[in-house]
Amino acid sequence: MTASRREFLQRTAAAAAAVGLASAARPTAAEAAPGLTFQGDDSHKALALRAIDAAKTAGADYADARISSARSQNLGTRERRVTNIGDNETFGFGVRVLVGGAWGFAASSNLTADEVVRVARLAVAQAKANRAAMVRPVELAPIGPPVPNGVWRSPARIDPFTVAIEDKVAYLLEANAAAMAAGARFVNSNMFFLKDEKTFASTVGTVTQQTIFRAQPGMTITMVSPDNRDFQTRQSTDIQPRGLGYEHVLDSNLKAHAARWAEEARQKLSAKPVEVGRYDLILHPTHLWLTIHEAIAHPTELDRAYGFEANYAGTSFLAPPEEKLGKFRYGPDFMNVLADRSAPGSLSACGWDDEGVAPEDFYIVKDGMFVDYQTTREQAMWLDWWYKQQKMPTRSHGCSYAQTWADVQFQRMPNVNLMAGEQDLVWEDLIAATENGIAIIGDGSFSIDQQRYNAQFGGQLFYEVKNGKITGMLKDVAYQIRTPEFWNAMDMVGGKRSYELGGAFGDGKGQPAQSNAVSHGCPPTRHKQVNVINTGRTA
Amino acid sequence: MTPRSLYAIAPHLSRAECEAITKKVLGFSTADECRVTVNSGMRQNTRFAVNQISTAGDDYNASVNIRSVFGKKVASVSVNRLDDASLKAAVENSERIARLAPDDPELMPELPPQRYAEPIVWSDATASLEPEARAEAVRAVTEASRKAGLVSTGYLEAQAGSGAVANNRGLFAYSRSTATAYTTTVRTPDGTGSGWAGASDNDFRRINPAVLAERAIEKAKRSANPVAIEPGRYTVVLEPTAVANLVQLIVGSLNARNADEGRSFFSKAGGGNKIGEKVVDERVTLISDPLDPRVPANTFGGDGMPNTRVTWIENGVVRNLAYDRFWAQKSGKEPSFAGGTLRMEGGASSVEEMIASTERGILVTRFWYIRGVDPRTILFTGLTRDGTFLIENGKVTRPVKNLRYNESPIFMLNNLQMMGRPERVSASESGGPGQAIMVPAIKARDFNFTSTSDAI
Repeated sequence: MTASRREFLQRTAAAAAAVGLASAARPTAAEAAPGLTFQGDDSHKALALRAIDAAKTAGADYADARISSARSQNLGTRERRVTNIGDNETFGFGVRVLVGGAWGFAASSNLTADEVVRVARLAVAQAKANRAAMVRPVELAPIGPPVPNGVWRSPARIDPFTVAIEDKVAYLLEANAAAMAAGARFVNSNMFFLKDEKTFASTVGTVTQQTIFRAQPGMTITMVSPDNRDFQTRQSTDIQPRGLGYEHVLDSNLKAHAARWAEEARQKLSAKPVEVGRYDLILHPTHLWLTIHEAIAHPTELDRAYGFEANYAGTSFLAPPEEKLGKFRYGPDFMNVLADRSAPGSLSACGWDDEGVAPEDFYIVKDGMFVDYQTTREQAMWLDWWYKQQKMPTRSHGCSYAQTWADVQFQRMPNVNLMAGEQDLVWEDLIAATENGIAIIGDGSFSIDQQRYNAQFGGQLFYEVKNGKITGMLKDVAYQIRTPEFWNAMDMVGGKRSYELGGAFGDGKGQPAQSNAVSHGCPPTRHKQVNVINTGRTA
Repeated sequence: MTPRSLYAIAPHLSRAECEAITKKVLGFSTADECRVTVNSGMRQNTRFAVNQISTAGDDYNASVNIRSVFGKKVASVSVNRLDDASLKAAVENSERIARLAPDDPELMPELPPQRYAEPIVWSDATASLEPEARAEAVRAVTEASRKAGLVSTGYLEAQAGSGAVANNRGLFAYSRSTATAYTTTVRTPDGTGSGWAGASDNDFRRINPAVLAERAIEKAKRSANPVAIEPGRYTVVLEPTAVANLVQLIVGSLNARNADEGRSFFSKAGGGNKIGEKVVDERVTLISDPLDPRVPANTFGGDGMPNTRVTWIENGVVRNLAYDRFWAQKSGKEPSFAGGTLRMEGGASSVEEMIASTERGILVTRFWYIRGVDPRTILFTGLTRDGTFLIENGKVTRPVKNLRYNESPIFMLNNLQMMGRPERVSASESGGPGQAIMVPAIKARDFNFTSTSDAI
């Protein structure tokens, strides 16, 4: 999926032409600008500072304000037809305050000098009401020196909002045509883009401005059997979302893959139903990222371990922390899980989190042992004893995030990655080393319990592996795991060359539920003797 | 300053304000057709964990969506800045994008003015649920849990707002609505037991936090130290929440076009769809009725279509599927949609009678992390959670470890044995108000559990 330099130059030239077209149709200076850097009004800084001042005056011990101007765009098609073109702009601010150890949060879409004061006071009044039911006051972990003028942006090369609509439509319809030429009965394709300009200020003295881009092209191809008794789909999971601009769409080149995906959907119609049993599973990075998300990233969220998410997302089998940190073996010695918000083009990348902390990379699993949780400033204090024991400073890992200006920030996962092994192994090497197994490509159905023990995963493509070779396609495959056994049954891992980033926009947690966007990098892996079920039934 | 003085009723745009905005936008429009949708209101929430409030939030938003059409070309733009310049820019942006779009051969013309029933979805009590009142409702659970030596977590949300749709053919519709949900999970301090209770309504006065506390506390205590049982096919007694968790999945498969195209459970072998075919037990009837007083919904849809009563399944037979305007015209049908409400008719059995008549079975409080596995059979997987018990010889004997199922609500409703009286429940996964849904408790045989879980 990585473009060569020549391809890159061709694409940027094409995009530049597209910008020209868009500007001609829309000749205002602001819209004609490439838009890759922060375009937000500098008055946002002043209003954010005014909000936190109002909160302090009303009695807040700590306050932060976030102002966001987010633009998103959705395009949808089916076969030869555009089903949806939608542009969405949302603009507003949220103020979070701490009063006597209790949180308050209020938000409004009406960004005026008066409204920021009213909303700041509402947040303080609410914190005072919340204090009535307080048992343990909130304490915030120390933070580094204030950053008075922080600026960060996603490494996007082409602002998607400067690319002409007709180019985007043509891109999708051409991909659909390629799938239909290969025999697809139904094709849906789409693009989604986000550009979020966020201004943050806190009473610590930090003021940051960040421009976040996200892009996802995708398609789903459906084949129906001639007698209408069966249908099968192939989703474009080879293409994963990124924290990038329109160049990610160009690099993804759906059209080039569409015929193969259509053929794979057709093969699924006549694939052999899987026989239930235990198999060695070889999991492709386009599949494995979701298993990592559910069975490593979620259970290592510290708020879950302390019961804060018990009413929805759940708690964690990694609790209490005193009995798990440094003591729980997650997997074999070669298993290392590193969290980051720095990988270029990843969905969680940022300069500062939503409470002004500059995130650092940190190990969650080191040499197979569980060593750390994901934290915010509030939560890092809960592990003060562990960090002291480890001779590490007690500081947030920078995992605070809110999905929009209207939502309160709380602990959300960074990119959580399974690191590549030392041996230079790739997907084909894992297959060649397997006697009786199933190779799974692409993410499919997924479900896991509220403590992250029992999970079930499907996929896009399932291949029977016998004596080191792929011998045919299977269907109706799902595997069921118990998390600790599954990772300890991992006996092979790919090398650096086979490491890929997967990810999703829809990581749900919290009440009201918020979506986080996150990437997970990993190589392919092999897991011994995993329980496989057959999900096919007859209606 | 007290929270009460900040807003007696959560702010939202009035009918007159919506009329003014839509008139202004339609005035800016130069398109052949233009539709304007206005949504505004507050979402007010309080969360608690470990017997104390963790976070709360009050947020206000007002947004306008503009859909412009030139010939057969269409695009839509939404903004939440409502000043004249922003609205004008949004109109221009939607028109600019629409002009660049290819023709949509399926585009339907805007609707002329329609008649709507007066909706019954507003409650002043829900709209004025300010932080102090929410904190009081929270204390009803946290204090009872603390006294019982248990740990409570929960969420209370109240939404209040208005919605309007207008177009350049003179259509205008406006309504105000409220929705609220209160859910709590109470756990034993040693983490061996967990009990859930929840309720959802349009009117907060019909939710009793003390009753929820009592139910969740009782389940937390009774569920402690569960034993593992072998997965397999079991007779199940499903409380109404568990029934709703599964039955609402059928709504997502009702799309007539998918059925006609051969990619749905409702596709008929050889072509066409299953309207007129019996697909579940003859006692099963599923209805969406926006004027049902216990599960009301708005009386118009996003395009201004009246939202009317639709019977999906009657006495086990498929009566209707969901037709959008294009597919309805093509198929010679009336358009219909599941407008945010669902009721399953029930029977006269109590949960106690269902248990008493069961030799060996499982009593389920609710299901969770429910995800599609196979759309050909509406097969989903998920797990039991927060109160799962073994029934032996007509009695609930002990808590059992949670179980994963791979099952379809269609198979379940074919294996139906007994039904109770319908109740409105909170069946959204995230604990938000979700769609209004009212279902009975049921007893069904041969429910397919495929593995056990250690999660509590």
